[in-house]
Amino acid sequence: MTAAPFISLKNVRKIYRTRDTEFEAIKDVSLNVMNGELVSLVGPSGCGKSTLLKILAGLHPHDGGEVQIGNDEIPFDPSQDIGMVFQQPLLLKWRRIVENILLPAEILGRPMKESRERAIDLLNMVGLDGFGDNYPYELSGGMQQRAAIARALIHDPKLILMDEPFGALDALTREKMNLELLDIWQSSRKTIIFVTHGIQEAVFLGTHVAVMSTAPAEIADYFDVDIPHPRDLNTKTDEKFGTYTRRIYQLLGM
Amino acid sequence: MPSAATWRKITTIILVHIAFVALWWGAVIIGDIPAYILPTPLQALQTLGEENYNWGTHFIATSQEIFGGYILAVIVGVAFAVMFTWSRRTDETLMPLLVTLNMIPKVAMAPLFIVWLRFGVTTNIVITFTICFFPILLNTARGMREVEPDLLDLVRSLKGSQWQILTKIQFPGALPYIFSGMKVATILAVAGAIVGEFIQSDRGLGWFMLVTQEALNTDAMVMALLLVTLIGVVLYGIVILLERIFVVQDARVE
Repeated sequence: MTAAPFISLKNVRKIYRTRDTEFEAIKDVSLNVMNGELVSLVGPSGCGKSTLLKILAGLHPHDGGEVQIGNDEIPFDPSQDIGMVFQQPLLLKWRRIVENILLPAEILGRPMKESRERAIDLLNMVGLDGFGDNYPYELSGGMQQRAAIARALIHDPKLILMDEPFGALDALTREKMNLELLDIWQSSRKTIIFVTHGIQEAVFLGTHVAVMSTAPAEIADYFDVDIPHPRDLNTKTDEKFGTYTRRIYQLLGM
Repeated sequence: MPSAATWRKITTIILVHIAFVALWWGAVIIGDIPAYILPTPLQALQTLGEENYNWGTHFIATSQEIFGGYILAVIVGVAFAVMFTWSRRTDETLMPLLVTLNMIPKVAMAPLFIVWLRFGVTTNIVITFTICFFPILLNTARGMREVEPDLLDLVRSLKGSQWQILTKIQFPGALPYIFSGMKVATILAVAGAIVGEFIQSDRGLGWFMLVTQEALNTDAMVMALLLVTLIGVVLYGIVILLERIFVVQDARVE
């Protein structure tokens, strides 16, 4: 018997309409994600990756197909169970880091005392211990993004949606953040959907990779990344790693 | 404890003002300028001892007009901006009208206000309010709109209410813009009060300048001007101080 998927997308379609034009962003996307998987969503710019993420987040309605998140064993509450990380940290300039991390807990009306303790734990987890009382501008871009990840975890959501979270960072910081994200994922056991246009990044992080075609998007390829966790930088020189990345490059016509 | 750089700044401010007064004084003496054209700083100051001038009454009246009109404009301006942000329809309906109304030279409204309300401190408060209202409203409205769409998505993904978006994101985010509008309005507030007094009044430093002009008491006119400037500087100083308290350094709009 196979377990039910945590996320199940069936023939999802999305059309953006303005007064006199229609733009089909997503033509047909079907995808099953099991609980605790880290799925990399990779594809060319403007291929509808972010759109798919917004549909998952319940921010945009879809125009066809089915979107099902949660199952009998793992119920999903759309208001409580989503954590989001964007390309920009989007921290509130006027709040100290710890207050920034607490924002989702405040919005959800969670008890503040426990949330505050949890925020301190998360600061340690993302390597920002001692920076809780700093303002965002006092932190580097990488550190701000760590705070954004901690913010996405504060309300203990079951699903983390990440939209090119390391895309604005320099190459070295990005590598470092990749390793740390894997640590965070392994210790928190969250389901993560990770949108990126970095092919290496997609393979390095993902338990699975979904490759999307240019808009109107379809899933052009979907595969397991058969490289065991924990992974480290040696993974990148692994023969399998090269095979996977080449597979994506070829699909994207490069 | 202020840093060395702060002290240097303060010293510069004091020195440049002393230098200005010295220059004025020197010019009067060297140029042998008669007192009815331009008195020395000391001659201007000496008029404060003249009891018939009722400095206290005029100073208080003008202060009431400036502060009264200004504070009213801040409260109503910000309230309107919040209303516009809250309801898109209100914004779309009223904004075009407000843009037109903003084009009316507010100074030219003053004679009408005096017809409608009769002259007096209250009328001058209304005139000051009218002239200060628009920059505060427009700056605040702009600040409320300058929110990253992704940040709104983050709050919406948690099913945050419009009230939460307003109080946690938009309003604090708009604070730097509110202060920017308030700074512009300080200068306008002083001008507004004086214009009201010029047109018709029976007290206030502006009115007093007209009275002393008839007798060519230039020393008293100059002293009145200095006092008006003092009120303006105090108002500006309070605004800057509040900005320092409420707006994080990084977020200030210069």
